[in-house]
Amino acid sequence: MAGSNPNAKPMNLTLRVWRQPNHQASGQIVEYKVNEISPDMSFLEMLDVLNEDLLHKGQDPVAFDHDCREGICGSCALFINGRSHGPEKGTTTCQLHMRKFSDGETITIEPWRANAFPVNKDLSVDRSAFDRIIQAGGYVSVNTGGTPDGNEIPIPKDISDRAFEAATCIGCGACVAACKNASAMLFVSAKVSQLALLPQGQVEAQTRVENMVARMDIEGFGACSNIGSCAAECPVGISLENIAILNREFLTAKVVSNNMA
Amino acid sequence: MNWVTKTFTSSIGRKIIMSLTGLFLCTFLVVHLIGNFQLFKNDDGLAFNVYSHFMGHNPVIRTIEWGLVLGFGFHIYEALMLTMRNKSARSHGYDQWEAKKNSEWTSRNMGILGSIILVFLIVHLYNFFWRARFGTLDPDINKNDDLYRLVVSSFHQWWYVALYVAAQASLGYHLWHGFRSGFQTLGLNHRKYMPLITNFGYAFAVLVSASFASMPLYFYFFTNDEGAIITSAPAVLQHLLVAFN
Ligand code: SF4
Ligand code: FES
Repeated sequence: MAGSNPNAKPMNLTLRVWRQPNHQASGQIVEYKVNEISPDMSFLEMLDVLNEDLLHKGQDPVAFDHDCREGICGSCALFINGRSHGPEKGTTTCQLHMRKFSDGETITIEPWRANAFPVNKDLSVDRSAFDRIIQAGGYVSVNTGGTPDGNEIPIPKDISDRAFEAATCIGCGACVAACKNASAMLFVSAKVSQLALLPQGQVEAQTRVENMVARMDIEGFGACSNIGSCAAECPVGISLENIAILNREFLTAKVVSNNMA
Repeated sequence: MNWVTKTFTSSIGRKIIMSLTGLFLCTFLVVHLIGNFQLFKNDDGLAFNVYSHFMGHNPVIRTIEWGLVLGFGFHIYEALMLTMRNKSARSHGYDQWEAKKNSEWTSRNMGILGSIILVFLIVHLYNFFWRARFGTLDPDINKNDDLYRLVVSSFHQWWYVALYVAAQASLGYHLWHGFRSGFQTLGLNHRKYMPLITNFGYAFAVLVSASFASMPLYFYFFTNDEGAIITSAPAVLQHLLVAFN
């Protein structure tokens, strides 16, 4: 591989991969061997090697989601060795390198597990529940003008920084996958607080939080019990403070909004 | 459903009830604990019996008692509802699950800890509350019901002491997570105050559970069958030898 470290010893690994032909079918863990894996490969490149091997053998390759492969799109949802996106803190699977594993290791790879995220095939899950939550209110529908106008709205630096931090959520679902309760509150809270912190978002803040939480409940996600696995496993470090903001926003909206339903 | 029922049957609404009742029950623990400290008075339980008479007969206290019943009731009911919801959010579990690497044991086991506390609560209420309120206890020299006598005899049974200490350990772990969690759920998480709330919660958990646990231990190890304190070390040893035979 170009740019690889010539001293790095290639690794042989055993993979335990969840295989499931489609949503209705039942699945199981299947063992595979992959050899001569460079420690400089990303986890997804290692899976590419496996899939090429399977194709050569005339077998069905393992389905997994990926897109940008640079940590910004949130597609690469894999539950590796019992943790969202594997053992490394603050990374997506595509940014996880094989040097974090050791030669001869057995690696278990499972899909995100939540009833709200049904398995499409193998490791790929349907995360459209997140889209429906965003459609319920995770947007601003007032006209905020062109780009220069945006800069004319005075927003204190610390507030805009906090809104930006919340905005870095890539919608990967690692929070749901890692949560004992399969709760989506970290994801929902990131969007709710991002928009609630900014004047453009405050206009619809009450209906937004009411609708997004209602949608989240309908989709069948669990309720947060403040365990904190989500924030610990979130690749971009969305903090639990956002869930407090979500709760606050929700309670205020319920008490003061004109929504009688 | 109108907006009120909708709010309190939503996931966050239920959590809010959990936290409000939980924090209310924390205040109850403080009151209960302060009153119980009178058990350590070496006065043959007279002060403790005056206090328990007051708690059992004062109309204000008797009214607040209903609040307590509701507090426990809702806390337990919402815990069941939330647990059921959360269990059904993931019907297919993981083959490998390393939650211990990203979270604290106490926070993931609030249900188990709470259930142990509930078992304890039932035994505790039956043994002390029920007998004091509906049973007949001998009067002490002030003509108050001698609840102290019951405390002394209960806490001279090793299995009873063991149950109490185990339950207080569970309570400690429950509060360790529960205290700060209650504030977080109410949205009271602010970078300026959260460290204080968290540390106060830890101290609260340790102090409250250790203080409650010290009571059965004190009676078991350091008092005679009358509840009078044993002062010398050899006497304590001799008392324990008798207790174990
Ligand atoms: S909060 Fe973090 S873990 Fe959850 S979806 Fe957003 S980026 Fe992923
Ligand atoms: S593939 Fe886009 S974040 Fe990993």
